[in-house]
Amino acid sequence: MTSVTAPGITAGRLSADALAEAFGDLHAPLDPHEVRVAADRCYFCYDAPCVTACPTDIDIPLFIRQIATGTPEAAARTIFEQNILGGMCARVCPTEDLCEGACVRELAEGKPVEIGRLQRHATDTLMARQGHPFTRAPATGKRIAVVGAGPAGLSCAHRLAMLGHDVTIHEARPKPGGLNEYGIAAYKSTDDFAAREAAWLMQIGGIAIQTGSALGDGLTVDGLVADFDAVFLAVGLGGVNALGAAGDDHASVNDAVNFIADLRQAGDLADIAVGRHVVVIGGGMTAVDAAVQSKLLGAESVTIAYRRDRDRMGASRYEQDLAASHGVRIMFNVQPHAIHDGEIELEYTADTGTGLSGTGETIRLSADQVFRAIGQTLTTDGGLTIADRKIAVTGAGRTTRTGVWAGGDCAQGGDDLTVTAVAQGRDAAMDIHAALVGDA
Amino acid sequence: MADLTTDFVGIKSPNPFWLASAPPTDKEYNVRRAFDAGWGGVVWKTLGAEGPPVVNVNGPRYGVIHGADRRVLGINNIELITDRPLEVNLEEMARVKADYPDRALIASIMVPCEEQAWRDILSRVQETNADGIELNFGCPHGMAERGMGSAVGQVPEYIEMVVRWCKAYYDRPVIVKLTPNITDIRKPAQAAKNGGADAVSLINTINSITSVDLDMMAPQPTIDGKGTHGGYCGPAVKPIAMNMVAEIARDPATYGMPISGIGGIGTWRDAAEFMALGCGNVQVCTAAMTYGFKIVAEMKSGLSQWMDEKGYASTADFVGMAVPNVTDWQYLNLNYVAKAQIDQDKCISCGRCYAACEDTSHQAIAMSPDRTFSVIDEECVACNLCVDVCPVDDCITMIAMTPGSIDPRTGKEVLKEYANWTTHPNNPGAVAAE
Repeated sequence: MTSVTAPGITAGRLSADALAEAFGDLHAPLDPHEVRVAADRCYFCYDAPCVTACPTDIDIPLFIRQIATGTPEAAARTIFEQNILGGMCARVCPTEDLCEGACVRELAEGKPVEIGRLQRHATDTLMARQGHPFTRAPATGKRIAVVGAGPAGLSCAHRLAMLGHDVTIHEARPKPGGLNEYGIAAYKSTDDFAAREAAWLMQIGGIAIQTGSALGDGLTVDGLVADFDAVFLAVGLGGVNALGAAGDDHASVNDAVNFIADLRQAGDLADIAVGRHVVVIGGGMTAVDAAVQSKLLGAESVTIAYRRDRDRMGASRYEQDLAASHGVRIMFNVQPHAIHDGEIELEYTADTGTGLSGTGETIRLSADQVFRAIGQTLTTDGGLTIADRKIAVTGAGRTTRTGVWAGGDCAQGGDDLTVTAVAQGRDAAMDIHAALVGDA
Repeated sequence: MADLTTDFVGIKSPNPFWLASAPPTDKEYNVRRAFDAGWGGVVWKTLGAEGPPVVNVNGPRYGVIHGADRRVLGINNIELITDRPLEVNLEEMARVKADYPDRALIASIMVPCEEQAWRDILSRVQETNADGIELNFGCPHGMAERGMGSAVGQVPEYIEMVVRWCKAYYDRPVIVKLTPNITDIRKPAQAAKNGGADAVSLINTINSITSVDLDMMAPQPTIDGKGTHGGYCGPAVKPIAMNMVAEIARDPATYGMPISGIGGIGTWRDAAEFMALGCGNVQVCTAAMTYGFKIVAEMKSGLSQWMDEKGYASTADFVGMAVPNVTDWQYLNLNYVAKAQIDQDKCISCGRCYAACEDTSHQAIAMSPDRTFSVIDEECVACNLCVDVCPVDDCITMIAMTPGSIDPRTGKEVLKEYANWTTHPNNPGAVAAE
């Protein structure tokens, strides 16, 4: 074993025990007493603000009341009817910006009802005790292709299967789950939850999945349109934006999403190499996930360098505080200027009113490893109309091409959140269903 | 600093807070702890006749109703009177009284309705130097099946008869503890007074089944698959108790009769409310069983602070002050008009007032797209439900309309004059006002 002060990029900075503890559940499941206390705090608001704030419109007061009255399985059903990935959303949703941020007890006392953790209690309970809670409607004979097995694709596929359609998912990666499986911090999805959830979801039946199958690789939108009754594209954003600084191709520079994916897929965290001094460029959730996990792997210093001020940062205040609590330093108003051996040179920025520009003043930080986390890009447009650098959609994910829907991060609109993707997949499925069989 | 010293039918205690006859007062150890904690008096757990003591079940004795966060709202019990030998209890009572001469010590008694049985035990109790006795005519479970407890309290003639015996064979104050398991609480109170009782105390517990075990299909507490009704107490019974207290306090036949208030008292405020309705002191059980004896510290400091704020030098200054304001429905002023008002600064936009009013009342609350809730005066009948369901104190209040203004609901002027149902034109039996 090496140590936190070992130079360069190296694996095994911490002991196996230290790693296991560091990467444990960010929020441990509530125990039965905590569940009771947390559930009792819900006021059962009318037309509750938490529901309005939930992209999937889960009836939160109802499910909490179901928990409080000893029927967490019924609560889970309330959740899953709206959000089949309610288990993962309970773990990764930025609840502080969504349901819990809207909770009237946040306004009243600064302490919202712990909706996320209660949701986890309900969904964990059902997933542990029962098989799949839904059954399929009579077969419609319709066949739908879903491209991408991330949250949007899985959500869409499940809803379509439930409605009686047959679904084929094409997934480029070896495993389903998308960012749930490859793109979020390990401490938010412990015990292989993303894979278990995908397998549980598939129990509905009627969903075939072809992994290692990506658009472009002999798979085309034209071909899918010809072979299926409808197509749902949920391919995500496969590309990573470049730094645009001298040294972008330096050996120390890597994509944060690759680091996170490698970490998630690692059989042993001690195999993941991390720098002694790490700098993450960016300001979103991916930047925080990469920074915090670098620290958890044993990096001595980790800095997030964000080019704008705190208010503009994509990561929520909760995520920023989480990073800070792990010893990650967050620098605002700095952008990469040049990458040197063992160092990064950052330039301070200022908002001139017409845009952001460098002030000319620079600062050098030790950096054995630099992660790019400045946003992802669409890598394939499938020949569809593009708007805002994403697939243009209207309504419930209708693209400009008849018979083709799109949702999740690859589609226009949304907040690039798991929960938004789930909502879009579900709504597209309902729209596809209506288009194929009418309202009957 | 207000003087909490209380003189209740000649029994002095340093404060009006007594522990009721119940499990907390079953033996010397508990009572000493209670006095050390500051309780003004104790009514010892009910004594039975000499001989083999009663037995209790060996399974659960208590059932419970919880509010949010498992707050105890009500407890029911199927415990009987003391199951320890009479001699042991009497010895302990004498010792405790000798060691705590400034505290009130009352013997609660339940023996069969036979004159000799009462005569026998009264002479024994006399020797303990207890300050008085309380006749347990209230317990509704177990002993009632044997013709004691509430079985006596439900027959005014028996009450009067036993009280007369007690007054004949015992020279200290006699308090009669009443059962609420009766249609008209005034009748047993009148009987107690007719028999010469010095005071009544109420309420004893209410017949109840707290819950049903849906696996065993049996009431709880469950003893080997069966359950029985028990006596209900705690915060949940306070409204029932206060009504009964008020009924006795304002009944011309018992007006002025000393009352010891019992039923869901857990805070100084509960106590002050009972006392305002005519109770010279109060007795507490469930709150002590829930939180321990220490609660009396809050009760003393709270009552004292409130009395100072109000300018009451002693408890006698406010005992019974609310009694004149307890009246019959028919005398309520029908010309009084109020409207709900929502304090927008305090509102947390939960919308419970809206749900309650819209679904179950008068559709008198409007909800805007940005979740601002406001009262529609044209519809508001001032029912108070919104106030009751609002989770924030004083966020919604009832504001009386000024006489001379127009009630938007009826379009009529709010009249200054008092007018009640007895003279209302809709009342077939109305008496024309002069």
